[in-house]
Amino acid sequence: MRSIWRTLTSRLGPGLLRDIVLVCAADGLVGASFGAITVGSGLPLWLPMLLSLVVFAGAAQFMFVGLIASGGNPIAAVVAGLVVNARHVPFGFAIGDVFGRGLARRAAGAHLMIDETVAFALAQRDSDRRRVAFWTCGIGLFVCWNVGVVAGAFGGTVISDTDAFGLDAAFPAVLLALVLPSLKDRSTRLAAAVGVVVALATSPVLPAGVPVLLALAGVLVARGGTPDGPRDPAPTPQSRSEDVT
Amino acid sequence: MTSPLVLVVATVVLGAGTFAFRFAGPALRTRVTLSGRAEHLMATSAVVLLAALVATSALLADGEFAGVARPAGVAVGGVLAWRKAPFVVVVLAAAATAAGLRLLGVP
Repeated sequence: MRSIWRTLTSRLGPGLLRDIVLVCAADGLVGASFGAITVGSGLPLWLPMLLSLVVFAGAAQFMFVGLIASGGNPIAAVVAGLVVNARHVPFGFAIGDVFGRGLARRAAGAHLMIDETVAFALAQRDSDRRRVAFWTCGIGLFVCWNVGVVAGAFGGTVISDTDAFGLDAAFPAVLLALVLPSLKDRSTRLAAAVGVVVALATSPVLPAGVPVLLALAGVLVARGGTPDGPRDPAPTPQSRSEDVT
Repeated sequence: MTSPLVLVVATVVLGAGTFAFRFAGPALRTRVTLSGRAEHLMATSAVVLLAALVATSALLADGEFAGVARPAGVAVGGVLAWRKAPFVVVVLAAAATAAGLRLLGVP
């Protein structure tokens, strides 16, 4: 355990490792609240645990359990969860190269791909750091999330209200801090601004998950705004890694 | 209440569908080589999605305004991140601001 920590510290730097540990701890608390809320709403003890192992996506799990607990149709709950998770398709195209070769690695990497791991990977400059950050964050979050869910399911409603700790504000702040450096690039900033406006404007009328997908319209707008102009010369591996950071 | 069998099947279907979404990118990437431009477009898409997630999860709850405390916390975190404060400070300040405001009775 000690030697794993030392290896990770040397490959990620103490700062990044500490950041990942912080997010894992916060995720564990949210997992505990998920377990407690699910069991507290009258659903069986094993359901939050099974969901957390096979789905491993917080927002979709809360949505699924919320709909089932309020007497909703299970098919509707599955569809709602899938719509919330559809953003993983573009995520996979963006960071699919960090998983490495081989079916097992790609399958495991795909399962560990959630908002936080994508954001941590995108925020790293070189590909080695990106890979280590992704796997460290992914494995750490998977363990903390599932341990948290088990603790919450058995422990009951002790920490069912994570809003009291401000955790609902901490998670957007995590993603914002990780995404901010990428917004230095002008065309990315424009794309993100348009995407945010589209997502916010459509949220009141569309089911959860769809507005975030519609934000991708921002990519098209920004691309239309800066066609193959001189701003974007022959894309080299180097310029790409700068763009991503 | 929904029967246990239905719950298991629904959970497994949601898990399988989610995995298919996640696996599509990595699986297709090994078959086609993307141009540098396409790579850039993919990275931009991920940033746009994350930015949209930040905005919607900071401001909205169930499609309606989430109240003052949460956006205020995220805003404090955002300003600190912009001023290059350490990540830990950003996250804890965001949580502390939201929690503090709620303690004072701000929704």
